[in-house]
Amino acid sequence: MNELQFLTWVRGTGLNVAVGVFLLGVFWRLIEIYGLGRKKDLSAPRHVAGASGWHTIFRRSIPAQGMLKKSPVGYIGGFAFHIGLAIVVLLFAPHIKLIQSLTGLSWPGLPSQFIDLVAVVTLAAMVVVLADRINKPVKRFLSTFEDWFTWAVTFLPLLTGWLSVRHLLLPYPTMLALHILSVEILLIVLPFTKLFHAFTVFGSRWYNGAVNGHKGVAV
Amino acid sequence: MSASLDKGVRVLKEVIDAPIASYFSSCVHCGLCAEACLFYTETGDPKYTPIHKLEPMRRLYEQEYTLIGRLKKVLGLSKPVTDAELGEWQELVYNSCTLCGRCSLVCPVGNDIVYMVRKFREGMAVSGHAPEGIVEATRRTVSTGSPMGVTMHAVKAQMKHVEEETGISIPLDVEGVEYMVLLSSMEIINFPEYLSAIARIMKHAGKTWTLCSTGFEATNSGIQIGVSDLAKTIVSRIVEGAERLKVKTVISPECGHAYTALRWEGPNLIGRPFTFKVQHIVEVLDELRTQGLLKTEGFETDRLTFHDPCQLARRGGVIQPQRNLINMVAKNFVEMPDAGKMNWCCGGGGGVTAIERAEALRIEAFKKKKSQLEAVKPDRLVTACAVCRTTLEEGLEYYQMNIPVVGLTEIIAEHLPEQGA
Repeated sequence: MNELQFLTWVRGTGLNVAVGVFLLGVFWRLIEIYGLGRKKDLSAPRHVAGASGWHTIFRRSIPAQGMLKKSPVGYIGGFAFHIGLAIVVLLFAPHIKLIQSLTGLSWPGLPSQFIDLVAVVTLAAMVVVLADRINKPVKRFLSTFEDWFTWAVTFLPLLTGWLSVRHLLLPYPTMLALHILSVEILLIVLPFTKLFHAFTVFGSRWYNGAVNGHKGVAV
Repeated sequence: MSASLDKGVRVLKEVIDAPIASYFSSCVHCGLCAEACLFYTETGDPKYTPIHKLEPMRRLYEQEYTLIGRLKKVLGLSKPVTDAELGEWQELVYNSCTLCGRCSLVCPVGNDIVYMVRKFREGMAVSGHAPEGIVEATRRTVSTGSPMGVTMHAVKAQMKHVEEETGISIPLDVEGVEYMVLLSSMEIINFPEYLSAIARIMKHAGKTWTLCSTGFEATNSGIQIGVSDLAKTIVSRIVEGAERLKVKTVISPECGHAYTALRWEGPNLIGRPFTFKVQHIVEVLDELRTQGLLKTEGFETDRLTFHDPCQLARRGGVIQPQRNLINMVAKNFVEMPDAGKMNWCCGGGGGVTAIERAEALRIEAFKKKKSQLEAVKPDRLVTACAVCRTTLEEGLEYYQMNIPVVGLTEIIAEHLPEQGA
């Protein structure tokens, strides 16, 4: 297989397989998790339950009182890399074109120089959070193969994407193909690893907010 | 697999619900929950990271309820949960967790970690891995009516004593009154001033109340150990008593977990909503205050601070009433850092005080409270939980800090206007 055939494969069969596994995987995991249900709470609520679950979905994005000081690298690095990733994935013009070709939806992108800067910052933030994971005794203690692996499959699409835009290291078609391949690996891995928090984070925050809101505690 | 392990696994499979599945699926191993746990912050040992305390339960969840986990199990690639492992986890699930719930407030993905520890204890207890001390306390509660073996005779002796001291008769088993007052063993044995304070406050407010001979004990170690059917037996005594006496409200005493057991877990344990209201004494007093039925005179002038019992504040939603009450009678009230919702546990909740082997660790963890107190240097420490109070007294004694600890209800009672006024 030459480089163009490789590129054609990742853009065709590869992408179809990856998107298929991703969609089925997400669907399956959501059913597997939320299908377990929960018992109704029979205790009288302190207040009418209201929107406490929804509030927590937003509120938890802000560090709890005193926590930023305890783990500045974790919070700032985490913010930088999540926001950076969202900008690069969703606001880079070629990505929007791809999404448009698949779904028909489109929106304005950001200038590519700006995206380039964000990509560099995001890559740096990811290296920093990795270093933090290695350095901090608690994080190192908790880390398993999955933590290192999921870091790598998140880092690689970002790195290869940036290298291909910059035409560095390898010929453009090869680097672009590697970029698409790495995204496909990410898509396949996401539903079955901790990366699935991209979906369950909303459910988890909601449950926590609702259960504690029932008692009158805004969490 | 031993029979008890088999039972434990079965119970764990039953308690794993959608929230737990969502929480385990969301954890990214960021380790921030460690920073919220006083057992980690005071020892620096990563094994006390809250989410790690759930590792056997997480694996069981994965092996039983996820496609990939089941696949790995079939292929022999997963590590089964063993008796030895659960035995090893006893220290993490009981000794070093007071169910204070601080971790649940900081987790960035929103995991309610304490919710999971509470459920994990169900499986631990059934498989025979709950610590001796709490097992004994629960056994005593079921057989004698109280974890400390206090019987109705002891309560009657105290009633008599209070009647002599205050000149107010203590009502017992009176039907149709507004409030049914519960006590904790700790109050019956160590802090008799509580009952005396209640008698004086109720008389002052003109409220009708009663003790109940078949349901006087509020504490419920069944929920601490994690055995729901025992917890149900214990809570049912209160429910039956309250319904027999047709009271409007049951007052949970100055005890944190008793409030959680009755107010939040109670209806779920017995499988139906209560026909009466449950309030912590602090809520009742604040309500009387807003109704103008609780009046005080004079002020404490020394420097007071308040220790929020976890089960009352963070886990119970009662945060402002205690402050309103203290400010009624104190001129010099100061807040500790992190007071209120984010307060640090005394280190004794969740049954930890009943675990002998946990004592050294508990004293170590108390350094957190010590540093909070050193930040405000109070003359006295006020709280509203008998277990907190005992734990605080022990910790203060160990670290040779001369700060007396007082209950909020008794301090309020001391400021009631003179009789007849």
